Amino acid sequence: MGALDRKVLRDFGRLWAQALAIALVMACGVASLVTFIGAARNLDETRAAYYERYRFGDIFASLKRAPANVAGKITAIDGVAAVEARVRDLVILDITGMREPASGMAISLPDFREPSVNRPFLRDGRLPHPGNPDEVAVTEAFAKAHGFSPGARFQAVLNGTKRTLTISGVVLSPEFIYALGPGDIMPDDKRFGILFFSQRALAGLLDLEGAFNDVSVRLLKGANEQAVLDALDRILEVYGGAGAIPRKDQQSHAFLDSELEQLRSIAGIIPPIFLAVSAFLINMILSRLIALEREQIGLFKAVGYSSTAVAAHYIKLVVAISALGIAGGFALGTWLGNGMFRLYGDFFHFPFLIFRTHADVYLIAAAVSLLAGVAGGLNAVWKTVRLAPAVAMRPPSPTVYRKLAPERLGLLKPFSRLTVMGLRHLMRHPVRSGLTALGTSFAVGLLVISMFFADITNALTAWLYDQHQRQSATLIFSEEQGPGALQAVRRLPGVLDAEPMRSVSALLRHAHHERRMSLTAATPDAQLVRVVDDAGRPVFISKTGLTLTERAAAILEARRGDLIDVQLLQGKRRSARLPVAEIVPSYFGYAVFMHADALDRLAGEGPRIGGANLMVDAHQVDALYAAIKQTPQIGSLTLQDASRAKFDETLEQNIVIATTVYVMLAVIVAFGVVYNAARIQLSERARELASLRVLGFTEREVYSVLLAELGAIVMIAQPLGWLIGLGLCWLVVNGFDSDLFRMPFVIEADTFAIASLVTLAAVAVSCIIIWQRILNLDLIRVLKTRE
Amino acid sequence: MATPVFEARNVTKVYRTGDVEVHALRGIDATLYEGELTVMLGPSGSGKSTFLNIIGGLDTATSGQVRFRDWDLTDASSRELTRFRRDHVGFVFQFYNLIPSLTARENVSLVTEISPRPMKPADALDMVDLGDRMDHFPAQLSGGEQQRVAIARAIAKQPEVLLCDEPTGALDSETGVTVLKALEHINAELDTSTAIITHNVGIQQMAHRVFSFLDGRIAETHVNDRRVAAESLHW
Ligand SMILES: Nc1ncnc2c1ncn2[C@@H]1O[C@H](COP(=O)(O)OP(=O)(O)OP(=O)(O)O)[C@@H](O)[C@H]1O
Ligand SMILES: [Mg+2]
Repeated sequence: MGALDRKVLRDFGRLWAQALAIALVMACGVASLVTFIGAARNLDETRAAYYERYRFGDIFASLKRAPANVAGKITAIDGVAAVEARVRDLVILDITGMREPASGMAISLPDFREPSVNRPFLRDGRLPHPGNPDEVAVTEAFAKAHGFSPGARFQAVLNGTKRTLTISGVVLSPEFIYALGPGDIMPDDKRFGILFFSQRALAGLLDLEGAFNDVSVRLLKGANEQAVLDALDRILEVYGGAGAIPRKDQQSHAFLDSELEQLRSIAGIIPPIFLAVSAFLINMILSRLIALEREQIGLFKAVGYSSTAVAAHYIKLVVAISALGIAGGFALGTWLGNGMFRLYGDFFHFPFLIFRTHADVYLIAAAVSLLAGVAGGLNAVWKTVRLAPAVAMRPPSPTVYRKLAPERLGLLKPFSRLTVMGLRHLMRHPVRSGLTALGTSFAVGLLVISMFFADITNALTAWLYDQHQRQSATLIFSEEQGPGALQAVRRLPGVLDAEPMRSVSALLRHAHHERRMSLTAATPDAQLVRVVDDAGRPVFISKTGLTLTERAAAILEARRGDLIDVQLLQGKRRSARLPVAEIVPSYFGYAVFMHADALDRLAGEGPRIGGANLMVDAHQVDALYAAIKQTPQIGSLTLQDASRAKFDETLEQNIVIATTVYVMLAVIVAFGVVYNAARIQLSERARELASLRVLGFTEREVYSVLLAELGAIVMIAQPLGWLIGLGLCWLVVNGFDSDLFRMPFVIEADTFAIASLVTLAAVAVSCIIIWQRILNLDLIRVLKTRE
Repeated sequence: MATPVFEARNVTKVYRTGDVEVHALRGIDATLYEGELTVMLGPSGSGKSTFLNIIGGLDTATSGQVRFRDWDLTDASSRELTRFRRDHVGFVFQFYNLIPSLTARENVSLVTEISPRPMKPADALDMVDLGDRMDHFPAQLSGGEQQRVAIARAIAKQPEVLLCDEPTGALDSETGVTVLKALEHINAELDTSTAIITHNVGIQQMAHRVFSFLDGRIAETHVNDRRVAAESLHW
């Protein structure tokens, strides 16, 4: 090993604390890259493999009823590889030990053969026997939530009759990686499950013998998806087809897509912050080192080392720090990525998880980080290259200080000389001070983001449950009924109030945009489900036009006053051209509201209701459940309260995890930046500070000089950090924006305050470490040497 | 006879670096008197700075006793030593040690802000003949001017003692004399007990008393019957 290389090791050994702080920041960057990109890739690949092996459909359609031979016509559509015609219905479940009713999606599996589309994965037991109408295979998550294994029994209401079902097997399905119950916004495996029956059994139970009401299609490679969708719609139109949807709109798939998109968008936001901060820190430490070693550099050059050799010497130090950061980042990233992927495995229902370590992700993370590090060091190293040996061996020309602008106005008069010292030093290095403030502000920003998640959750829950959907339960009828049905509902035990609800599937067209959406009937005087703006104020519902949510308007690229072609996809399938009367905010999905009377008029079947929103007396809930379980003709009950509880619980879990991680990351950034800044100040000003001690200033007073400067930087960093936080939140809100879900942009004042307090705590820790160094300042040694 | 300011009895100082012990002071007995100007001579490494730092409260002796007037410095805590330096001692070093981010006047007021009976910073700078350069930063002053600012800073709090470690070490003869004149003036005018370490044998002529250090001891103490004015010194 050459003498210069030994010097690298010594430098590293001497600067280890600072090097470690920088490496830690870099490790966060590497780890977040590896984690987010790795998790996204693994999730994507697992899903793709699952889809391929279990033949997930490309197109899905539901209809009222079509004879079995129609499936042949669908198979004949150009580009179709396979068709699976099925029977499917939402059913109410009555499970022993569960107070509230649960619901299930009953789906048929073909008898005596494997389905050619959407094959279930058999985890345990066997598929239901065609000869036994009371056998079902249930999804694994549902079975787990109830502790069911093959042989277990529960009751279900099918087509108005209650039956006792026996579980023959436990399965998973590529259609339900993410399974959302009716009326829910978060999956609840206890209250919703998928039940697979044999075709013969389910068709018999639902009076659909020799017919089907649901179809999934797999396409040939290179098929024209839109053409198949259109052809399918044409075929199914007469059978009450509700409009075929492509895979990208299939609920489970779309949800996974949005999750992947979020991961990727976060991967574009978080890691660059860390890498930029670590590059800056490397620049700071290297600049100081090179300033200190100016004369040594002169000497190296004078004795014949080339500029390149000297430059390479310092780059090696950067590489050493980066290597430490990258290694740490790999370890942390692998661990976090694994953990995160496992969380996904719990939340999404996969039969298997393909966890691969993607060498290229690691390579790219390493390369990018190393590049950031070297880029950070480059400008400092460039100075060594330019330095002529003779110049280097002379001491640098003294730093010229200036009085600050506010001083001329007498603004700094009340401050002591010590404070003025601190502030002048700060202003002497405006770029470095600015970057230090910026680095610190990223910590504040990260904290703002982390708590922003809690803020939006609170805002969302408040908006959704306190303003928009205030019912405690929703009753969905098995069939649409006349308005008189509401009276019957009002008479159910425990029902304090009931308001009608109706939702009709329709195809909306504007310009070249076309999308299947649900038209939800809105009544202006409704107290339970209200159409409200983002402040929770009820919106006027036009009797003639459509009230679009922002997302629906965006999908159709429609503005107020634009005319939309509406074609109902059920009943008489009537069409109309309606103006957009109002656009209202929405955070979940893309609802379209229409005045109830207008919807009735358009549908042309007289006043109809599809169900009722209920206000329920909490003390009589059990009686209501019992009544509904007993009169299964009524339909299915979904519980807003249970849905809200699940929503809170799920989000709370996620938020606790996310906040913990972000706080950790932010503390590392704040600590890394402030500690390095303080160490460098201490190194630059050791002589000054020792002089002060000699003059009789106490340790505390000397410390205050450092704190004045650090304090000013940290103070500047706060508002800057809030701004950065706002910007990051904006990026995140945009990154999370999908058809399924949109985040409101709400940040509580507390969030800013807490972000600053946590940052200040991290700063305080570095200040305590620096205090130790002040106590150990060697007064005499400093005085013996010249500057 | 004059009253003593500092009394050192059998002071030793041992530096330990690993296994190596360096005996910097091997038993110093010395007395410095009120109002006197003392010069300390001796070869490099003989312990002058070590001794000055100990009586100035920057360092502590390994054994022996040091008194400042009625005050025993031997067992003083770091906090007490800071207090001692702050209230009683002015230091001047070879390398000025000014605060680069403060102007001449501010460097002086740095000290006057924390001392119980300060002069006006401007008066202190006038005493070293720098009244017209008060608002310059150290980088804008010559070495001699910087050293005079350092002296002004040291005397501005009207210390009882002024300790100078090679104050002319970095200066040429002419500038050195200006600095010495300033010290002489202050000693006479303010009656500040002053100790000056120097390698310049000529300077001893301006002293009341001269200590010659050798190998960690004071080999000889000499009292000048007739002092020479700093103005007439040259080297
Ligand atoms: N921190 C230290 N560690 C070890 N040895 C030291 C230390 N400080 C001083 N010494 C040693 O103590 C002895 C006396 O040093 P001191 O600085 O007092 O000498 P000096 O008389 O002031 O010399 P000079 O005229 O060169 O300034 C020297 O041998 C020196 O090497
Ligand atoms: Mg010395």
